[in-house]
Amino acid sequence: MNFKNLKLNLSNKNKDLIPQILTVAFLILVVIYFTINAQSNMGNRGISFGFGFLSQESSFDITFSLIDYDGSHTYARAFLVGLLNTILVSAIGIFFATILGVTIGIARLSQNYLVAKSAEWYVEIFRNIPLILQIFFWYFAALRALPLTVDSINFYDISFLNVKGWYVPKFVWTNFSIFIYSIIFAFILIYFLAKYAQTQRDKYGKQIPTLYISILLIIGLPFLTFLIGGVSLSFEIPELTQLSKTVYVYRGGVSIIPELISLALALSMYTATFIAENVRAGILGVSKGQKEAAASIGLTKGQILKLVVMPQALRIIIPPTTNQYLNLTKNSSLAAAIAYPDIVLVFAGTALMQTGRAIEIISITMLTYLSLSLSISVFMNWYNKKMAIKEK
Amino acid sequence: MIKSIKTWILVGFASLLLVACGQSGGGAGSKKSKTLDNTKKAGFVKCGVSQGLPGFSNADEAGNWTGIDVDVCRAVAAAVLGDADKVKYTPLSAKERFTALTSGEIDVLARNTTWTLSRDADIGLTFVGVNFYDGQGFMVRKASGINSVNDFRDGISACTNTGTTTELNMRDFFNSKNIKYEPIAFEKADEVVQAYDAGRCDTYTTDKSGLAAQRTKLSNPDEHKVLPETISKEPLGPVVRQGDSVWEDIVRWSLNTMIEAEEYGVNSSNASSLKDSDNPAIKRLVGAEGELGAAFGLDNDWSLRIIEQVGNYGESYKKHIADTGILPNRGPNELWTKGGILYVPPAR
Repeated sequence: MNFKNLKLNLSNKNKDLIPQILTVAFLILVVIYFTINAQSNMGNRGISFGFGFLSQESSFDITFSLIDYDGSHTYARAFLVGLLNTILVSAIGIFFATILGVTIGIARLSQNYLVAKSAEWYVEIFRNIPLILQIFFWYFAALRALPLTVDSINFYDISFLNVKGWYVPKFVWTNFSIFIYSIIFAFILIYFLAKYAQTQRDKYGKQIPTLYISILLIIGLPFLTFLIGGVSLSFEIPELTQLSKTVYVYRGGVSIIPELISLALALSMYTATFIAENVRAGILGVSKGQKEAAASIGLTKGQILKLVVMPQALRIIIPPTTNQYLNLTKNSSLAAAIAYPDIVLVFAGTALMQTGRAIEIISITMLTYLSLSLSISVFMNWYNKKMAIKEK
Repeated sequence: MIKSIKTWILVGFASLLLVACGQSGGGAGSKKSKTLDNTKKAGFVKCGVSQGLPGFSNADEAGNWTGIDVDVCRAVAAAVLGDADKVKYTPLSAKERFTALTSGEIDVLARNTTWTLSRDADIGLTFVGVNFYDGQGFMVRKASGINSVNDFRDGISACTNTGTTTELNMRDFFNSKNIKYEPIAFEKADEVVQAYDAGRCDTYTTDKSGLAAQRTKLSNPDEHKVLPETISKEPLGPVVRQGDSVWEDIVRWSLNTMIEAEEYGVNSSNASSLKDSDNPAIKRLVGAEGELGAAFGLDNDWSLRIIEQVGNYGESYKKHIADTGILPNRGPNELWTKGGILYVPPAR
């Protein structure tokens, strides 16, 4: 062996590559070893391995489902029901956590002593109590506080709130697709309007009231479909039915189960505290000189916040807030404790028990959470890039 | 949070354990029992129990476990180690129980577990017998005007536990009656009780023994009643891992000994004095005749120790189920000679 030759082959690039390739190869070997080992051990213990169970009939029912489901569907379908329920509660949670978080975060910086202090107390209380306790609190507090079905809280005779859930009217559409098309069409028009307004402003300095025209379009076009497109909407109002002497239930309409309400409430109130702190940090992170400079060129307070402070603050706010969105999504797995049928309760709980396929089901569930989290990450990174300083 | 994380960690570890045990598992069909050797070496029986079900397995404030399921583990400890107290209890949720057993975290699962075909055949478990014949029922509020399952109507909501046969039976039942129902399934029994108590659901369904036990936890137990109908067969019994037939036999015959002892009137107080009984069956039970223990590598007094330290099945039932007011009437859990269906093969 000629060492001189060997040295020549190792360019700088290769020097970096070889340890990396070795590490990856080692990792792959470890995974293969564990897989083979697990298989042989499971074989020894008489446990079969496979994903065939996914196409078997699940034979259990689920309280709350966004898609058509009952026990005669497959385990794969049950998985989908759980996944959609997880996404639903996470989306609702993220939506409200963001609104609440931004509000509280700005409130903490308020000049008003009472507002600032209340916001501070809110943050300190809700972020320091374990989430599971908050979920139990909202769930059981709500259940205890809400009236029985027969004495429901009545909202104008169309919506009813009681211990079994919140019953709202169901929308019954005819020609719903025409309605949707009109909305899509409105969005396309708005897009071209915005482009047109931009060129008008850049070329001739002419301001077009884009916002008002857009609002008119998005309301006006769908409204037109009711008049001339044959679209109609009626409401199916929930109706109180007696099942036995003291047992009543609302039939018809849409029922929002208390498990969903309390879980979404607990998740958003808890996560909002962290988002509030991110928002506060972001705003404080913008140097005072920026605000003063903006004020000196005559921008109003609202314009300063919108055009100078927020764009810079967002760069600080987005990355840690992404973490909070991911946390919220993962925390939604605590749903199992209060019977909200999320993926952990339905799939990693009931389906795991009924089939006994722990390894398969836990792997699928872990992969699902991983993909969910990665999707959120990808989206937030894209948004972060969009907001980042574009150096010219 | 604690519960959920624990479950995840346990399931995760269990999968890892499966992996980590290497090729050392196995041993199916060999005369030696690895589980027995390990138990003797460790000095205690690793027993999986429920997270708290009065009458079956329930811990008091001092952490002492009692119940008829607990007594099965105590019997095994008395037979194998000579001391019924040498048991390490692991409280398990319905979800965790089988993984804990197949991974070797526990060696006996005595946790009100229903014996079904798929559990027995599909997931590496062996049911060794039945220590309680149960059936699923419904609990409702007395004021509700529901007096039988025939009074259920479309839209009724039913609370239960996840991951149990209960969930499946409930569906079968409501489907057969063509009733639309709202199933609300919780992970832990305590939450089911609270939700039912708060009025979230109109009925609470689980095994009748469980209903009787959980009823005592309600804020006003007298306002609730269990409907007369039983909608399923729930033979509850201890479970062991598949593949260690000696250990399987030890657990099976520890349970059988308790039942057979009751049949022959042998109990914890008279057992040692019956060594010179005229009845050979009794003499075998108290270890005065035959070499029955040798078949699974135990001495001849194994069964005597079970009866002396744990008692016979009747004593166990009376102490944990009848005297606690859960189910004073033994129903099917009476000996076959007295109109029940407890019938075990002869110990000879």
